Amino acid sequence: MSTTALKDRSQERQKLMIAEHFRRLARSAESGEKCVYTFVPGNLTELVRNFDLLPVLPEINALQSGMRGKSREYIGLAEKLGHSEDVCTYVKCDIGMMKSGNVGPTGERLPNPDLLLLSYTGCFTFLKWFELLRQEYRSPTVMLHVPYQADGQITASQRTYVVEQLKKKVIPALERVSGKKFDIDKLREQLRLSARAEDDLVWVLRSARHRPSPIDAYFGGVYYLGPIFSAFRGTQDACDYYRELREEVQERLDLGLGPVTPDGPLERERFRVVVEGPPNWTSFREFWKMFADEGAVVVASTYTKVGGTYDFGFRHDPDRPLESLAEYCLGCYTNLNLPTRVDVLCQYMDEYAADGLLVHSVKSCNSFSAGQLAMLNEVERRTGKPVGFLESDLVDPRYFSAANIKNRLESYFQMVEQKRAAAGAAAGSVGSAP
Amino acid sequence: MRYSVGIDLGSTTTKAVVLDEQARVLGRGITNSRSNYKVACDVALGEALNRARFGLIDSELARGGIGPEQRRAWLADFDRHFRERQYLLQLDRLGVALDRHAREERDASVVRPLIAEVVERMRSEACKLFDAGANRKSDFFRDLAGSRYLPIAEALSDERGGRFDRIAGLFDKSILEVENAADDGDLFATLARAALASSTAPAPELRAAVERAANVSLEQASCVGTGYGRATLPFPKEWIRSEILCHGLGAHAMFPGTRTVLDIGGQDTKAIQVDAQGIVTSFQMNDRCAAGCGRYLGYIADEMNLGLHELGPLACKSRRQVKINSTCTVFAGAELRERLSLGEKREDILAGLHRAIVLRAMSLLARSGGVHSEFTFTGGVARNAAAVAALEKLILENYGELRINISPESIFTGALGAALFAHREAGKSRATDGAAAHTRA
Repeated sequence: MSTTALKDRSQERQKLMIAEHFRRLARSAESGEKCVYTFVPGNLTELVRNFDLLPVLPEINALQSGMRGKSREYIGLAEKLGHSEDVCTYVKCDIGMMKSGNVGPTGERLPNPDLLLLSYTGCFTFLKWFELLRQEYRSPTVMLHVPYQADGQITASQRTYVVEQLKKKVIPALERVSGKKFDIDKLREQLRLSARAEDDLVWVLRSARHRPSPIDAYFGGVYYLGPIFSAFRGTQDACDYYRELREEVQERLDLGLGPVTPDGPLERERFRVVVEGPPNWTSFREFWKMFADEGAVVVASTYTKVGGTYDFGFRHDPDRPLESLAEYCLGCYTNLNLPTRVDVLCQYMDEYAADGLLVHSVKSCNSFSAGQLAMLNEVERRTGKPVGFLESDLVDPRYFSAANIKNRLESYFQMVEQKRAAAGAAAGSVGSAP
Repeated sequence: MRYSVGIDLGSTTTKAVVLDEQARVLGRGITNSRSNYKVACDVALGEALNRARFGLIDSELARGGIGPEQRRAWLADFDRHFRERQYLLQLDRLGVALDRHAREERDASVVRPLIAEVVERMRSEACKLFDAGANRKSDFFRDLAGSRYLPIAEALSDERGGRFDRIAGLFDKSILEVENAADDGDLFATLARAALASSTAPAPELRAAVERAANVSLEQASCVGTGYGRATLPFPKEWIRSEILCHGLGAHAMFPGTRTVLDIGGQDTKAIQVDAQGIVTSFQMNDRCAAGCGRYLGYIADEMNLGLHELGPLACKSRRQVKINSTCTVFAGAELRERLSLGEKREDILAGLHRAIVLRAMSLLARSGGVHSEFTFTGGVARNAAAVAALEKLILENYGELRINISPESIFTGALGAALFAHREAGKSRATDGAAAHTRA
């Protein structure tokens, strides 16, 4: 994918941003900059950067290791240390990387954490993961408990509960580690920048409503999320990135072009699908190509909402800084209950005029996978559109069976085509009736 | 005569179904899959075309006023001689390959005559293999030849000083060559004439019908391939369909009331829901491994030194089924030995194993949307009486009484679906040609 990614200015910009971030992390011992390890779902990037601390996201390191072909070795090492085959492979990949010298995606060594900020959004594995890191690094740890949206909405008491933790636990911990006082005015300015970038991101994701869609909102989408879900939300860099990306997508729209795939621009959009679940990272390109070869474009995906959900109106709000941070954490996709996730999927199917839904179920992630079959059946019942189920894993290459997945995908797209032809024939016969 | 063909290239067997212009089945062919996919397809198609000509012979005889009983008897006799000729032709090729490899042996002067004698004995006893009422475990040349070559070679090796391992190794090398070599064109006429020549006084009506059927020109109008090997099928991409769609359509063609299809093939299990037109509405397949598929039974058969077709009947004799949970193909051997060492009976273990694979299929069926009447069971495992019995019991327990269809030709379901897709394609080109002709007129 890098061959095509390099062609876009925005991709080039993102690459430089990431390289600079990892360079700062690698030089932190000399510069005195400190770092906070934290998670993507419900991440508190603005707050971390409010104290001039650098975020490190172990999940992103793990997926990068998967894409760089390192995860097999890292997982093997973690298993040698006694971690079971059933443990989440992000965790094992991270443990393996840590034990191999903690060399990050840019080939430079990552610093040890000065603080472990555990934003708990329903994934129990996160607790165990940071317990392991705490054991290894002996770093201070602070936990933010984000309650599950069991009734499908954010209640006032949930918001207050999270805000109270931010005030009483998280901010004091960040102050202790950084030696700096919390600056609410700075946070307001950061959140203003966040909201601006979020507006542009939502515009980009919604461009997929056009035919042909100028973007792939899953395989391409994961690149668009890089800055906003990792270290850059609330920065001018992120704003510049999303503005540039928006201009590029606008250009493609004006020219009526489809998305750029690993093998170049997609010439003909044959299928529009919604995808639920994270991608496979070890065979990411191969997986994408299986879609592109069929002329399939992902027009909306839930994985791109894993850090936080913007397309139903949420924006970080400078006038309600801590409250909006709390709502952001509460609203990340895996913190939504199953009926809400079904509603989201049905809305995507409708809004993006999708031909069907594909669920990619990964062995590692219970937060995503639990209930996916029930969701699949419910979406099929409500929309009457064809649904399909694929299975592999995040970063363990042993669970990606290319022949099996290709077989299912081909069958799925042929099923969509066959149903479409039958519907067309039925409409034709109705039309020609006297 | 123009025909459409569907080819299902599976992991264990390759099947072909040939349809006429009215989408009626003309013939079916099956062979064991092999490394050269093109040859596997050609052999299956050749066999289906041979069967199509048998159908033509039958029609010719009927037109000539021959009654059904007489036709059946003549054709059965002719078929045995025809198959014997096919076997002998392949045996000649095997003999040549064996001799070539034997020349490379250190003591070629001893090995070559020994092998020549093995082949000669196989040739002389070939007629017994195809006697009326003879019980052949398989009609695939590899199995048939192997079942005779090895015991004869062992006996002769014992007599002449113990070279059996090497002689058996030569068979393994040579059979691969024979299997992967293509036939030189349509051999029906040659084989049919040889079959008639070796029959005792074939009826003149049969001779005439065979001659007329042999002279019918069969022209391929369209072809669709499916199955696990479809990506490597020697066809263009537009001739290829997923086996899910083919099984759905094939099951619908066999039993038009079908709503749920279960296919247990060599390395995958598929649960498919279809609508009233045979269009697939949803499906589920086994994930990541072949646990509980046909290959599992194949492995068990190897472990028990039984033929695949012997497993079902033996399991049906069970009086006290053993409870087995694992359907892991890799662990199957260990599970089996463990149970045997505990003194369990083979039939009881086998009954438990059959239930275990059907339980796994039940889970896939549930995931695909349940079981709806009519329910059609397809694939090689649908031929296994013990698997069928276990499935019927579990369907009754979980979904109540509903109609269960199993066709004796269920192994051809995917190929039939593919053939129907091919037939539609041929229809489209007929329509295009017709329109073009109309425009020209």
